[in-house]
Amino acid sequence: MDRREFLSFKKTSLQEDFGKPKIERRTTTGLAKYSGTWTKQEAAHLLRRTLFGPKLSEINAFSKKTVSEAVDSLLDTTNYVFNPPVNNYQNQTADAAVPYGTTWVNAPLNVALEPNRKNSVKAWFWSLPAKQSTSIMEKMILFWHNHMPTQMQDTPVASLCYTYVKVLNDYALGNYKTLLKQMTVDPSMLYFLNGRLNTKKAPDENYGRELQELFTLGKGPNSKYTEDDVKAAARVLTGFSINFTTTPFSTSFSSANHDTTDKTFSSFYNNTKITGRTGVFAGSLELDDLLTMILSVDEVSKYICRKLYRYFVYFDIDSNAETNVIEPLAKIFRDNNYEIKPVLKALLESEHFYDSWNRACVIKDPLTHQAGFVRQFEMPFPTSTDYEANYQVYGLGSYFGQITQMNLGDPPSVSGWEAWYQLPLYHRIWLNSDSLPKRNQFQDYLMLYGHKVKNFTFMVDPWKISNQFINPKDADAFIQEASEFLLALPLSTSQISNLKEILLPGGIPNYNWSDEYRAALDTGDPNHVNSLATATSKMRNLFKSIMNLSEYQLS
Amino acid sequence: MKRRLFLKAAASSSVLPISLNGMSLRTFGKESFFSVLGKRANVSDRVLVIIQMNGGNDGLNMVIPIDQYSNLSRARTNILIDQKKVLALNGTNKTGLHPKMTGLQNMFNNGLVNTLQAVGYPQPNFSHFRATDIWNSASDSDKVVTTGWMGRYLDKRFVNYPKDYPNTTMPDPVAIQIGSMVPLSFMGPNVSMGMAISDPASFYNLLDGNTGGSLNTPSEIELAYIRELTQQTNQYAAVVKTAAGKGKNLSNKYVNGNGLCDQLKIVAKLISGGLKTPVYMVNIGGFDTHSNQTDSADTSIGTHATLMQKLSEGIAAFQDDLKLLGASDRVVGMTFSEFGRRVQSNASGGTDHGAAAPLFVFGEAVQPGIIGNNPTIPNTTTVNDNVPMQNDFRQIYASILQDWFEVPSNDVKALLNNQDFNTLPIFKSNAASIEDFADMVTQIQISQIYPNPTSDFIHLKFGSDGGGMLSISVFDPLGNRVIYVEPKVYGIGEFTEVLDLRGLRKGNYFVQLSSPKHQVTEHFMVY
Repeated sequence: MDRREFLSFKKTSLQEDFGKPKIERRTTTGLAKYSGTWTKQEAAHLLRRTLFGPKLSEINAFSKKTVSEAVDSLLDTTNYVFNPPVNNYQNQTADAAVPYGTTWVNAPLNVALEPNRKNSVKAWFWSLPAKQSTSIMEKMILFWHNHMPTQMQDTPVASLCYTYVKVLNDYALGNYKTLLKQMTVDPSMLYFLNGRLNTKKAPDENYGRELQELFTLGKGPNSKYTEDDVKAAARVLTGFSINFTTTPFSTSFSSANHDTTDKTFSSFYNNTKITGRTGVFAGSLELDDLLTMILSVDEVSKYICRKLYRYFVYFDIDSNAETNVIEPLAKIFRDNNYEIKPVLKALLESEHFYDSWNRACVIKDPLTHQAGFVRQFEMPFPTSTDYEANYQVYGLGSYFGQITQMNLGDPPSVSGWEAWYQLPLYHRIWLNSDSLPKRNQFQDYLMLYGHKVKNFTFMVDPWKISNQFINPKDADAFIQEASEFLLALPLSTSQISNLKEILLPGGIPNYNWSDEYRAALDTGDPNHVNSLATATSKMRNLFKSIMNLSEYQLS
Repeated sequence: MKRRLFLKAAASSSVLPISLNGMSLRTFGKESFFSVLGKRANVSDRVLVIIQMNGGNDGLNMVIPIDQYSNLSRARTNILIDQKKVLALNGTNKTGLHPKMTGLQNMFNNGLVNTLQAVGYPQPNFSHFRATDIWNSASDSDKVVTTGWMGRYLDKRFVNYPKDYPNTTMPDPVAIQIGSMVPLSFMGPNVSMGMAISDPASFYNLLDGNTGGSLNTPSEIELAYIRELTQQTNQYAAVVKTAAGKGKNLSNKYVNGNGLCDQLKIVAKLISGGLKTPVYMVNIGGFDTHSNQTDSADTSIGTHATLMQKLSEGIAAFQDDLKLLGASDRVVGMTFSEFGRRVQSNASGGTDHGAAAPLFVFGEAVQPGIIGNNPTIPNTTTVNDNVPMQNDFRQIYASILQDWFEVPSNDVKALLNNQDFNTLPIFKSNAASIEDFADMVTQIQISQIYPNPTSDFIHLKFGSDGGGMLSISVFDPLGNRVIYVEPKVYGIGEFTEVLDLRGLRKGNYFVQLSSPKHQVTEHFMVY
């Protein structure tokens, strides 16, 4: 979605009505480690919030771990593999420098190929969550992408779109201060927030402001930096720019453009003075000082923890949550020198996170909805060497994101997506009279019709899921397993009987479904062909109908 | 046959002692043929309501062949309904209705019901799912077709649906399924033509105007938000809600606790509320009566009897309501079930999956009467014996498309998977139907089968009083067509064909003689 389209989005009174707090939250649980029962339900809750579309096998495997093992496993990046985007466009526009199927990110700039590479990186970015491993990495990449956004459409070259995502990936689960530093000097960020134009002669305050207002301190009542602090921060950051002569482009620092005078900050920062430096490392050294100063304010850790809370738990932070969750979590963040993993570990292992009060109450963001759909159904992709076809599939996902309010790689503004910050609606902004039907269309399309790409049809194979069910031949068990797999909350008796109408219309006995399912699997059965068609179609319709329920939009 | 020829035939019928499928011609009464011409609603206002009876209905206990009672009493001792209780129908003493169907009996006697005997298709399938798909898609038994007959029709009628819809000409859903999921019959070539009710609960809430559910936890609040949004975002929600608000039910015949009544009540309300939707589908389940289908002491009550009563009550109340609402000239309904049940009942007091079964088409526009003959029940039956088909269900579809929705016959063929199906005289006040009817005045008959029983060949003696195209089919006990003699032209008089039965298993067989509009069936045995 481009910015203009985004602005035209109107809040409905319905969203407003529901935005008004109707309840006083009544849980006082905090960060104490969760010690309740650990079943598939708890495992699924953890995975729904930390992965894009947990697979049935993941839910089963995680239900056998302890809560700590489960969380540690999600945070473990030992075997994480990150592959850059490749030349998928050879058949449209030949690339002399980059063979088909190999990465173009280190190739020289080729203006003619830029549109292809931009499409390539956009599609590739969407594929990361859709094809993710069992790791929290992709959820954290999205978190930081929303937190410190740039826009791919405004980034001058495709390779810088890639390096931006690479920085997110490198530091998403690392040290927050390091992430801030790397992102501050990332060429894409230097471009997006004008850092490249920030010189001692003509200081540009844009980044210096956003660094404090959006990336570290926020705009809350305890964030009391001054306009002079913005100016001083901008002066610290003078001299950074982009080197357009390297391949690929890189960050440059010009000591000639750097303001070498001392920078003094307000009492909010204890009147900190950052000593002006000279030489090629001046910018880097002063940036370290600047971040150290900002991170010495406790509000930073609370601001980040609140954002993490809204992302992983629920948008509404009441006084209990502030006292019992945010404050101790922020302390863990500070005590661990702003390492990100200990914070996530504490939050995701907490009794508060597993509190029934906090389950099934997050409206899925579009990426979680769409990449999650593709992933949870373990949708088969085109053969891996057909890069063209694979990227067309990723492009479909990216497109559906765009028409349902999440243009991945291009957040609407430097504040990220409205649904993650805008009072009072927050995540309800994702769903409106336009986006909700489109979400259903996406589901129905890939479940019932399939997307044709060259000679491949990108479509759910329901057997991939039902083969993993414990008792798929039993209609009641099938519905139970399918709805537990797809929904975060239980269905009512009438919803279940409506769904049963699909497998067994008119109240015919259960053995009809059992026979059909059995014959569908038995190639020697005389009714095999018909039964296979019938059972496949019924499963598709059942899955579709479960996902058409409002419940499917909740995580 | 041209109109003039028909008039001649009709005139001569007073002197020829022929009857039409067991009913004397008189029963068609004063209102027949001409008086209703031009009286019907505009074709664009016409509505079809399909009543699906899920599970496979025991047709032999619904439309009861009184003239087969002695054989029936042997075949289904434990479930046969006392002949004295069978409801009589005007104009025939050979066929009656289940004792609980008084509502439908009245409608029949008032000329509002067309009953079709032994509706099915060659090579019947006994799986609920597959048989349902065959009925919905109008496919041959051995072909899988993924679109529905109504879906294909609606797709043709509402060009560019859903892209250009709703619009000023068609602001309303093109098809509505009351109840659970949109059926295969509404599936068009690209998209389902049925109103997408993503959450059935929210559809009823929409009609009632409430959201439901408590708002005590974050999850409940968010869910309520999405549910209400779901209602609002259904592109047809507003028009359906308006129609439900404006519409009325005036009949006092609807019965509480009858789910079919509830559904038909909604349909009547939406029709009277001005919805232009041409097709509705409603459901009544529970027909899969493998055991205890009747009360063991009184076979006129029990599970199947209750279903018969609900069906009859629902249809009668709906028709009454339509009349009171002034909409009865533009609505017809049809019932169907995915299959009938076996001739022989089983030891558990039930019946197993079968083949052909009767169905009803009702409304002011139908030609009242019975099309087809009572099924022939063999003297001795085996567990596998089925009622062989007389009328292909796609002939009924063809008649509805051509004579009710006035689809040109070439298009009808295309909509029925490129197969030609002759229409049946289900509707009155339509030139095609009158011609059909005229054609039926031509009597065909099988006069002799010999030897019977046989082990190898039979000689089939048959004839017609008008001559014309005749074909011959032989059905095995399961209802499969095992022999087919392609249509040939025969003159007036009697003819003999020899059929080679070698290789057929022992059992009861049926031979059927068909003219384009008429069938007669006789039973023989292979030993």
